[in-house]
Amino acid sequence: MNWNADEKVTVNKQGEVKTLKDALLTNFEITVLTKPLMEQAAKLSVNQELQELVKPENADKVREYIQGRDLLDLLRDFGPWTATAQEIVSILRKLPARLYSIASSVSANPDEVHLTIGAVRYDSHGRERKGVCSILTAERLQAGDTLPIFIQHNPNFKLPENPETPIIMVGPGTGVAPFRSFMQEREEAGAEGKSWMFFGDQHFVTDFLYQTEWQKWLKDGVLTKMDVAFSRDTNEKVYVQHRMLEQSKELFAWLQEGAAVYICGDEKHMAHDVHQTLITIIEKEGSMGREEAESYLASMQKEKRYQRDVY
Amino acid sequence: MVEVKDILKAPEGPPSDVEGIKDRSDYLRGTLKEVMLDRMSAGIPEDDNRLMKHHGSYLQDDRDVRAERQKQKLEPAYQFMLRVRLPGGVATPEQWLVMDDLSEKYGNGTLKLTTRQTFQIHGILKWNMKSTIQGINQSLMDTIAACGDVNRNVMSTSNPHQSEIHAEVYEWGKKLSDDLLPRTRAYHEIWLDEERVAGTPDVEVEPMYGPLYLPRKFKIGMAIPPENDVDVFSQDLGYIAIVEDGKLVGFNVAIGGGMGMSHGDKTTYPQLAKVIGFCKPEQVYDVAEKVITIQRDYGNRSVRKNARFKYTVDRLGLENVKHELENRLGWKLEEAKPYSFDHNGDRYGWVKGLKGNWHFTLFVQGGRIADFDGYPLKTGLREIAKVHKGDFRLTANQNLIIGSVSAQKKKKITELLEKYNLTDGKHHSAIRRSSIACVALPTCGLAMAEAERYLPTLIDKIEEIVEENGLRDKEITIRMTGCPNGCARHALGEIGFIGKAPGKYNMYLGAAFDGSRLSKMYRENIGEEEILRELGSILPRYAKERNEGEHFGDFVIRAGIIEATTDGTNFHA
Repeated sequence: MNWNADEKVTVNKQGEVKTLKDALLTNFEITVLTKPLMEQAAKLSVNQELQELVKPENADKVREYIQGRDLLDLLRDFGPWTATAQEIVSILRKLPARLYSIASSVSANPDEVHLTIGAVRYDSHGRERKGVCSILTAERLQAGDTLPIFIQHNPNFKLPENPETPIIMVGPGTGVAPFRSFMQEREEAGAEGKSWMFFGDQHFVTDFLYQTEWQKWLKDGVLTKMDVAFSRDTNEKVYVQHRMLEQSKELFAWLQEGAAVYICGDEKHMAHDVHQTLITIIEKEGSMGREEAESYLASMQKEKRYQRDVY
Repeated sequence: MVEVKDILKAPEGPPSDVEGIKDRSDYLRGTLKEVMLDRMSAGIPEDDNRLMKHHGSYLQDDRDVRAERQKQKLEPAYQFMLRVRLPGGVATPEQWLVMDDLSEKYGNGTLKLTTRQTFQIHGILKWNMKSTIQGINQSLMDTIAACGDVNRNVMSTSNPHQSEIHAEVYEWGKKLSDDLLPRTRAYHEIWLDEERVAGTPDVEVEPMYGPLYLPRKFKIGMAIPPENDVDVFSQDLGYIAIVEDGKLVGFNVAIGGGMGMSHGDKTTYPQLAKVIGFCKPEQVYDVAEKVITIQRDYGNRSVRKNARFKYTVDRLGLENVKHELENRLGWKLEEAKPYSFDHNGDRYGWVKGLKGNWHFTLFVQGGRIADFDGYPLKTGLREIAKVHKGDFRLTANQNLIIGSVSAQKKKKITELLEKYNLTDGKHHSAIRRSSIACVALPTCGLAMAEAERYLPTLIDKIEEIVEENGLRDKEITIRMTGCPNGCARHALGEIGFIGKAPGKYNMYLGAAFDGSRLSKMYRENIGEEEILRELGSILPRYAKERNEGEHFGDFVIRAGIIEATTDGTNFHA
């Protein structure tokens, strides 16, 4: 494209001006393509293939193309471009904020906020791809640097008001984050209620997030029980829901005692599977039919004893 | 007149922590079965780890990544080292393949051939321990008593020349190893899923060891002169084979050797076993059992670093111990027979044994079986094991003998050796071929400095001095351990190094080439530069001033460079 990194571009309606490099780094979404963006881009290129691709009858092909591709692919694949840098920048979406669960408690760490960020790295279409925010924090950010942040409250994911209420936490992967803050909070508050953590990830040796903290909470009795599942250590993949099933009897007993269940992490697979597993456990240990078990869980939800923070 | 029974006393003092752990362990069970199932940690508690040793394993961690993991809020990279009990270091090709496979599947992909003639697999995760141990047992080996306060793997000269005598001595050693095993079923219950039989009275569990086992480890080795590869004088109990008219007539018995010591503690020292008499082959077990019970009864159970049998012998007096031994035997040892050792190293390459079979001694640097860049040692040995019909013999110098190769098979084995570039080491200097190093960092928790990972590069530099002085073919034994416990038998190396701190070693000189004299400290706490400076001045003198046939260890004494250590008790003097 022969762009000059220092070229000045206008980045918003207020007329703010930045260098092109700075604008691409901080203002615009360049790692995700969308159908509208493709259509806009087509107007800035004379490439026939692109003109063809964005035709209404090729909607499926566009969907397929944008999967796993980013702005760089688009610019490389469909030249020559007639557009200036300013014109390209003008069709880009604003870089959306990234939301992370806070992994620390204010009472345990006043003036601090801890985040659990999984570095996103994967290969797609022959090139290594990196997560925007996760890799910024993992690779580029230095201690002492600052980032713009805001706090978004989640009123639907809170510890029980009664510190004696037992809690069951299911948080594999980075889903562990809020439960670390729960434990810190319960430790500070001297909460007496029982607690049970289910954690999972790929490999025990490298992926047991906050391992030494969990070990200490267990030893000190802040945490009552913990079960872990590491899916890639054994021939057969083991996940948190398998550990829950193994202990279905005790788990159901906790539910009967009024325990609150929290799930945090991957929505598509994990949260769904855990949800189904909970129903299975209630069905089996409560000698209920499927529907009855489902309504048992639904009423737990109404009582705010079944809360989810999934993504 | 003082009665013998008044002289023979165990030292007073409260029992050490390990004695308590053994006492509470219900014959080495402890809570091993439960803690091995705990998924929260790849480690096990310290008490159980003490017991674990008796099962042939202990917990280690990768010390290279310790600090980094701490920052990541991860526990140390815990892993188990598993040591096989392999009497005399003899393994079948099938057993070799099993070890090779287990090391790939569950270990760090390499095998370590130890200075006590056995295999070690490092890097096994807790959840894979049972499968690994079961795999070993299925191939008719085990790991029982490979570590711990019991009799360890029994060593025996890997003598390929007199193959018949070797076979006979090996059989006695193997029998000894089997017969001296602990009797508790703990191992079978914990690792091999044996159901516990209830109601056995305690007295019958360990007739020889008793519920506390020994105060400390106990080592037995059998040497066939003129080879002293097993360093028979470094053993708690050594047997020196006496061959008359081509027949094994019995063994000289030597007691009270051991290498370990602690830095800065002169009550600890390496010591050589002393010959106290002769026994017939069929009396070997009796002698061992009674010697072990003397150590059981009179060894130091209060201070572990003074608990080895050598200290018991030195404290009670050699004659008194011999007297007590004969009391317990109910018969007297015969007078020791003449013998003579030539060397404690290995002889490389092909040799023909008495039965017309061939044996190939392979140089294995640091005892490490792995595929190195341009040197596919592990793959080559795997391919050899697939066609080999004889045996493998692990030597006390961490080398490997491909043994009992028939004349017909020799061609095929030679082809494979050449194909995989495996070597008798003759292109190396003699000093490299005479080197031993313990594992040390990163896995050994005791190591204060590098050994196996560092000695080869140190030797690269020593070789320059050696070459310049025309000593390339001169065998000088060189041994390095990462700590003073002495797994590489440093005090019997003509040049010895004990790790003191990262990059720093105590340097020892003056041990005898045949393993009959200990070394003495020459320089304390020195780094590579000083090591090379010292050797750079001593080796040229040896090149010029030595008498014909004079070994380096003898020369440094005659030249006044170091004083001779005449007994372990003056090792520090």
